[in-house]
Amino acid sequence: MRRITLRHCIALCCCLFGLLSLPSSGAESTSLDPLLVELGEAKMKDVEPILVRIEAASDDSILPLFRTLLEGNLYYIEAEGQVVGQFDVDGQTVYKDVFTQQVRSDLQKGDVGKIRVNNKLRGYLRNAMARIQLTAKSPSVRERAVRELLSKLDDDTVEVLEGLYPNEPNKKVKDVMGLALAMSTASQTQLAPSNRIAAIEKMSTSLESDVRNLLNRLTRDDSAAVVDAANVALEKIAQRVNRFAFVDQLFFGLSLGSVLLLASIGLAITFGVMGVINMAHGEMIMLGAYTTYVVQLIMPNYIDYSIWVAIPAAFLVSGLMGVLIERLVICRLHGRPLETLLATFGISLILQQLVRTIFSPLNRQVSTPSWMSGSWEINPVLSLTLNRLYILAFALLVFIVLVIVLKKTSLGLNVRAVSQNRNMAKAMGVKTNWVDAMTFGLGSGIAGIAGVALSQLTNVGPNLGQSYIIDSFMVVVFGGVGNLLGTLVAAFTLGIATKFLEPTTGAVLAAILVLVFIILFIQKRPKGLFPQKGRAAE
Amino acid sequence: MKIKTLTSAIVLSGATLIALPSLAADTIKVGVLHSLSGTMAISETTLKDTVLMMVDEQNKKGGLLGKKIEAVVVDPASNWPLFAEKGRELLTKDKVDVIFGSWTSVSRKSVLPVLEELNGLMFYPVQYEGEESSKNVFYTGAAPNQQAIPAVDYLMNELGVERFVLAGTDYVYPRTTNKILEAYLKGKGVAEKDIMINYTPFGHSDWQSIVSDIKKFGSEGMKTAVVSTINGDANVPFYKELGNQGISSEDIPVVAFSVGEEELSGLDTKPLVGHLAAWNYFQSVETPENEEFIKAWHAYTKNSDRVTNDPMEATYIGFKMWANAVTKAGTTDVDAVEQAMIGQTTPNLTGGVAVMNKNHHLSKPVLIGEIQDDGQFEVVWETDGVVAGDAWSDFLPGSKDLISDWTAPIKCGNYNTKTKTCSGQNY
Repeated sequence: MRRITLRHCIALCCCLFGLLSLPSSGAESTSLDPLLVELGEAKMKDVEPILVRIEAASDDSILPLFRTLLEGNLYYIEAEGQVVGQFDVDGQTVYKDVFTQQVRSDLQKGDVGKIRVNNKLRGYLRNAMARIQLTAKSPSVRERAVRELLSKLDDDTVEVLEGLYPNEPNKKVKDVMGLALAMSTASQTQLAPSNRIAAIEKMSTSLESDVRNLLNRLTRDDSAAVVDAANVALEKIAQRVNRFAFVDQLFFGLSLGSVLLLASIGLAITFGVMGVINMAHGEMIMLGAYTTYVVQLIMPNYIDYSIWVAIPAAFLVSGLMGVLIERLVICRLHGRPLETLLATFGISLILQQLVRTIFSPLNRQVSTPSWMSGSWEINPVLSLTLNRLYILAFALLVFIVLVIVLKKTSLGLNVRAVSQNRNMAKAMGVKTNWVDAMTFGLGSGIAGIAGVALSQLTNVGPNLGQSYIIDSFMVVVFGGVGNLLGTLVAAFTLGIATKFLEPTTGAVLAAILVLVFIILFIQKRPKGLFPQKGRAAE
Repeated sequence: MKIKTLTSAIVLSGATLIALPSLAADTIKVGVLHSLSGTMAISETTLKDTVLMMVDEQNKKGGLLGKKIEAVVVDPASNWPLFAEKGRELLTKDKVDVIFGSWTSVSRKSVLPVLEELNGLMFYPVQYEGEESSKNVFYTGAAPNQQAIPAVDYLMNELGVERFVLAGTDYVYPRTTNKILEAYLKGKGVAEKDIMINYTPFGHSDWQSIVSDIKKFGSEGMKTAVVSTINGDANVPFYKELGNQGISSEDIPVVAFSVGEEELSGLDTKPLVGHLAAWNYFQSVETPENEEFIKAWHAYTKNSDRVTNDPMEATYIGFKMWANAVTKAGTTDVDAVEQAMIGQTTPNLTGGVAVMNKNHHLSKPVLIGEIQDDGQFEVVWETDGVVAGDAWSDFLPGSKDLISDWTAPIKCGNYNTKTKTCSGQNY
């Protein structure tokens, strides 16, 4: 009882305050202020009715409030009975009025309490925002709003849509609205079956998952004619969905292939061209990933650009480490593969422990730039995730650049000469020591670049490299040692094969099957897909 | 000169020989068997610190039975067979009175035979798959009926979920838990085609096709949810992929059994907001006991950012109960303490009172929380009162007639209520 009186007092004060300060907070917020006080003081289970009243009492100017609440950034100033948004500007916490965007620099963290939201409220807010945005100016906003509402078509929404539908100027928006109305007609059991069947036929051209949800529900309908129509529509949709699902799976395979390509292409140089079994290759990838982390640490306000700094930085860090390893260890073990294997294995353990000591054994968090998150929605059933799309393009780019370096530059010429016949190259005046160091540095540097890409997909931790070293060797051996094109083909073959196996066999068995396949393949063709021919093969 | 040194050496060693037993009698020894290195170190180091903090607090109160408590910390290094060796070392060499330890089920199974052979006493503080009951172990973490079953009930009753994806990492805890859940769901009338089971290896990072399968599974006209027993760092790319493919927590909620405050700290929680977790404890629960515990933890670790989590509460309850049982029994003798433990009560940090039952499992409340963007949980549902831990699941054909009762006259961990015998079932 006491609480209510107190709340009323605050509400009254706010009303008065609102009246006095009309120009600063805008006209419509006078009636909102008491509701906002309630919102700030309510328990979570009581919030929804308050939101309903807020939505009823306001127009589209309320959107910023709902958006801030949806994102979990809305706070309540208990002393003033007002709400405020918390924003992150250049790594600093700033409080702003949600409506006027005015900065409130006098507020401290202790002055405000968070207004928490749960899934139910988020769902309500999303729908409320969509309802408000139905009359927005931009057609794309309107279209998104209608799509959002497809999953929750109640009578009020349908009524609003029916009112808007005839006057909608944009064809795309009109189509989606028509679809929404058809869905509403189809689900009304009191209508004549012929009307409902016509609506179902209209729905059968859509790929929206909400449509499929509804049709699946209609297959359990009382009317036999409706059930038949729903089944036919589902069949029609399923055919198209399956076609897109195939494309989707192909993309997953290509994406996994691009990851394998990036991870193994550096090894294709150090192992393939130089013949060094480099067990520390995975740790070069790990160093690249950690370089990305450090770059983001140095420039926390420019995450979007950090990748462009991280790529050359990672190439340099891993490349220099590669040159160092080559000069200090590998060049002394020339022609002794077993010792090289053991020594590089030791180096890999040393490097792992090094990052454990410096960065702690816990995984580090690498942020995804905003332009790499989200997905490219081609249609409701086919959407390609942007980060993987970029990485696929990036892997191909790195591959092409590497091929050009090896084919067109003098370094590439020297590398090929040394790998074909070391003594002859030496006799011709090629500094083989220098070429070895550069080749190893190049391979390691590319592994570092792979680390930048992988930091966007997987956990950055001391064991990052270990999870890719086996895959890398598998790709290089399968493709044919010393053949870059073979590496490309092998990476994509294994990627696609794994992804097409996974849905039927599960992830664990798919990995085993691929490994068994490679073992059998190597038995038959020990030199891989593209064996080197001629004298170079000796 | 030489003789003098020799004699002094003999006298000295003699003195230590006499001094040692008297020293041992002066303290009560608590063994800590948690990995401080290797893959599990991330989680288990926290529990080691918790035990040390509890020992510290108890000593400030004057110790136990007029003696100081001394903690003996060993490092089994996330190496499962080493748990047995280190456990033996604690019991025979250090002669500890009790052990607090283990995290993974496989490490518990490794140390169990040693405990039974040497009649040691261990407190195990992590949620596990059940199907086990030993006289020498007290299970203060959740049994499946204190975590998995209530979580599924919540999904069915509150969210109206009709289709379930059981996704887990490929090892004993997820496999057993999912077996129990599958039997439970089928008993509740969920059809075989509405349950999808998927296992992935440890540290799995390419979730594209699995998430895409889940998406397809979820668009069949029925509300779908994922019950996740995915363990460790594979969770991060999993939730990221869900976000990337546009699956929000409102469409297909994920309820996880292995994601807690500790796992979320230092993680980009944005893709996880709104997904669920089921535990017996959340740091965000506001009770005076919890506030005091968090304050003590921050003071002990000298770091106000350190979070608390469910296994920590289980360690806390276990330690308090053990201390009370020792006081009640008046001795640290394992058999006496074991009997004194049964029926012990300690206030939960989340309210209510935890009771140690005859089957060495606790009665605790079950909470469901939604992940918030600050890495904390908002409680959205909890059981009315406490749930008694069940050692043997009622939903598996092999164990539904079994109960565990360590009081007279049954005194058996696997008593078959039909045949009225101790079945001697292997655990």
